[in-house]
Amino acid sequence: MSRDGLLSFLSSILVIIAGLLVGLIVLLVSNAEQALPAVQTILTFGVDNMRNVGDVLLRATPIILTGLSVAFAFKTGLFNIGASGQFMLGGFVSIMIGVHALAIPAPLRIIFALLAAALTGALWGAIPGLLKAYRNVHEVISSIMTNYIGMFFAVYLIQEFAFDQGRGTSAHLHPTSTLPRMGFQNIFREPVGAAFRESHVNVGIVIAIILAIVIYIILEKTTFGYELKACGFNQDAAKYAGINQKRNIVFSMMISGSLAGIAGALNFMGTTGLSMSVVETLAMEGFTGISVAFLGLNHPIGIIFSGIFVSYLQLGGARLQPHFSAELVETVIAVIIYFCAFVFVVKSMIGKVIKKKDGGN
Amino acid sequence: MYIIEMRNITKEFPGIIANDDITLQLKKNEIHALLGENGAGKSTLMSVLFGLYKQEKGSIYKDEKEVSITGPGDANRLGIGMVHQHFKLVHNFTVLENIVLGVETTKGGVLQMKEAREKVLALSKKYGFDIDIDKEVRHISVGMQQRVEILKMLYRDNEILIFDEPTAVLTPQEIDALMKTMKDMAAEGKSILFITHKLDEIKHVADRCSVLRKGKMIGTVDVSETSKETMSEMMVGRKVSLSLDKQDAKVGNTILKVRGLCQKGNTGKVGKDKLKNISFDVKEGEILCIAGIEGNGQTDLVYALAGLESFDSGEIIMDGQDITRAKIRKRTELGISHIPEDRHKHGLVLDYSLAYNTILQTYYTKDFQSKGFLKRKSILDYAKKMIERFDIRSGQGAETVTRSMSGGNQQKIILAREIDRDPKLLIAVQPTRGLDVGAIEYIHKQLLAQRDSGKAVLLVSLELEEVMNVSDRILVMYEGEIVADVNPKNVTFQELGLYMSGAKRDEVKAE
Ligand SMILES: Nc1ncnc2c1ncn2[C@@H]1O[C@H](COP(=O)(O)OP(=O)(O)OP(=O)(O)O)[C@@H](O)[C@H]1O
Ligand SMILES: [Mg+2]
Repeated sequence: MSRDGLLSFLSSILVIIAGLLVGLIVLLVSNAEQALPAVQTILTFGVDNMRNVGDVLLRATPIILTGLSVAFAFKTGLFNIGASGQFMLGGFVSIMIGVHALAIPAPLRIIFALLAAALTGALWGAIPGLLKAYRNVHEVISSIMTNYIGMFFAVYLIQEFAFDQGRGTSAHLHPTSTLPRMGFQNIFREPVGAAFRESHVNVGIVIAIILAIVIYIILEKTTFGYELKACGFNQDAAKYAGINQKRNIVFSMMISGSLAGIAGALNFMGTTGLSMSVVETLAMEGFTGISVAFLGLNHPIGIIFSGIFVSYLQLGGARLQPHFSAELVETVIAVIIYFCAFVFVVKSMIGKVIKKKDGGN
Repeated sequence: MYIIEMRNITKEFPGIIANDDITLQLKKNEIHALLGENGAGKSTLMSVLFGLYKQEKGSIYKDEKEVSITGPGDANRLGIGMVHQHFKLVHNFTVLENIVLGVETTKGGVLQMKEAREKVLALSKKYGFDIDIDKEVRHISVGMQQRVEILKMLYRDNEILIFDEPTAVLTPQEIDALMKTMKDMAAEGKSILFITHKLDEIKHVADRCSVLRKGKMIGTVDVSETSKETMSEMMVGRKVSLSLDKQDAKVGNTILKVRGLCQKGNTGKVGKDKLKNISFDVKEGEILCIAGIEGNGQTDLVYALAGLESFDSGEIIMDGQDITRAKIRKRTELGISHIPEDRHKHGLVLDYSLAYNTILQTYYTKDFQSKGFLKRKSILDYAKKMIERFDIRSGQGAETVTRSMSGGNQQKIILAREIDRDPKLLIAVQPTRGLDVGAIEYIHKQLLAQRDSGKAVLLVSLELEEVMNVSDRILVMYEGEIVADVNPKNVTFQELGLYMSGAKRDEVKAE
């Protein structure tokens, strides 16, 4: 590992430990007796058995993608807060296709659903992109608005076109519309008596990892990435170089949006029967993506790991329910993730300490 | 008795020893110049003294007592202040706010600005700084910003003042004023460390001069007993010819034709036009220089030619094609190169590597791209060629992050890139700003070579010396107008000065 890579890794570990300690304090205040076991649960549950490991990967899939979405825009100097709305609309489109487009043969239908979700996310991302490029509207403001519009729109459309009255959520996908599990169920499972309980982890995690690598290649190896990063680092120099910034802003937001759209599709197309609820709250996956991106230092490959890590915390956290309220658990996870946002600061601090040390000998 | 002594300082960066066992002694009340090639380690040494870097070896003494300086706070307590190569001001704060920032006096949590105001006004008056302390820093000129930096040091009662290339960003008039200020401050009892590449300035104000070369201290000399030639030889390690021998220009066809460029001033300054009916031609095989005092429209003219900003009316014809409204990329492809005035704003992506910065306008061409992918090896090879040819020095060669490079070497990246594209028209704005004498010599030769191979060069410079030495024809701009079109052979420095200050003007017409 390069020196810089090592520094990044070290600082990530440090902020995680600091976050856990503060999380522990929150738990202590609320329920001192259960606090330590709770931390233990958070730390061990995700790796307790292979089924849980599979579930960690399953949960990681959408947030790796929203993390990539945020990071990609960020490299171009844009802050895409809009991943949540893009995620919801992408999810809706995939559900529609999975429920209704049965005329298309099954494997094709899945691919079609993913592409349609990507396109929807891209179009939804293009709105703040266009506003930024041609009307100089700050993308944070406009993407907050597209989040709400997207969310209400998705909820409305689900109720109109793909609603399951009985459950009060989106309708079940046709069984042939769900993502293939690729035999993962034979690895990620837990023996219960003579039988096994399987994780529902599916091809989604593979797609997420492949997309992370693709994004890495786009950013680091292509002329398009060269242009995008030039715009992100120094707009004036990009202009001087003759780079079409307006076009790049729109493209960047579209790619960012398409990643969030795919996140939505992969989230709702699993075999778990997870469906879109029609409550009027923004999808958390979009915001978790921001933490995932930062924790992964905005590096596509780092984001694979940070996504898995955040998912692992969330899965463990979900087990604390009887002793701690859901809100408190969310708070603790948020505290840990918040600390992770300091990773850049810590990294530069460690860098300095090491330099001073070097100076001493 | 030295007020500051840096003994055997060594400071390394990845791939390079920036300071190698350097000993520097500063006497009380002296102006001590620091001379050295680009990348010799001057800024690094001063940053060590100011606590921005920690040396690996060596120690620092103040008044013969060893001190440890771990940050600018320590430096400040020891009375050490620094004006950096690139200023560090808060742009939407007023001058006064910037000055007191970090040492504010408060009473019950409320800022007490009255005393501060009086002190700043007194200081400003004492040194004859004509400065409005209630203006926001973003609205004042670079020269004024520097005065703010100086006032910051004086306000903190610093007695050891470090100036890192303060004159590189100033106009000749401002330089004169700064030289006087420095002398006044030394007379007041301050001790000054002064980095510059200009030997005249050293001759003018410095008592002693220390010369660095490739991280090593070559020696310290008494300025009054040492010639400019000796100093530059010490610095470069070979004889440098400070004058340029050049053949007469063989002028060819018109390559750039500018007609009737007009640009209104910003609202608020109604009536003051930035560009007033500018017309001129640049021909193949000539170096045409635009001279003038800073702020008389040169920047606006260059931005208009390069396509960075639009203008109200007029037309620009490049090599027979109308490029009045053409995109920047189109202009570049038609053969315009542009060495911009502000290297950090336009010229470089500081977070890119040296290599990536050498392909800023050509990354998409066949040489560096295939099927949308960057050709990494070709890019690195090309950068290595540029490093070789333009003697660009850095810690890690082609892969060095540009931000970590010395100011002069950053400038060389831009020069290499723009000259090597072999443009039909090279627009060079202050191309030698921040370069050492050896590099200036090389760049001037390159400009001439460009000209002699039948290319056109449009040089914008504030330095009369450069204007007179290099150019074949001079246009003088004053308040957005061209007021003279002269041959350097038939004009004196004094006359040029008169044109530049608006005291004299000719009728100028492009045919
Ligand atoms: N922060 C840094 N990280 C890595 N290398 C550095 C850093 N700062 C300076 N260097 C390297 O140290 C060397 C000395 O740089 P320095 O800025 O001191 O030169 P300088 O004498 O001030 O040159 P110039 O006249 O061009 O300003 C250069 O080769 C530069 O690349
Ligand atoms: Mg320097």
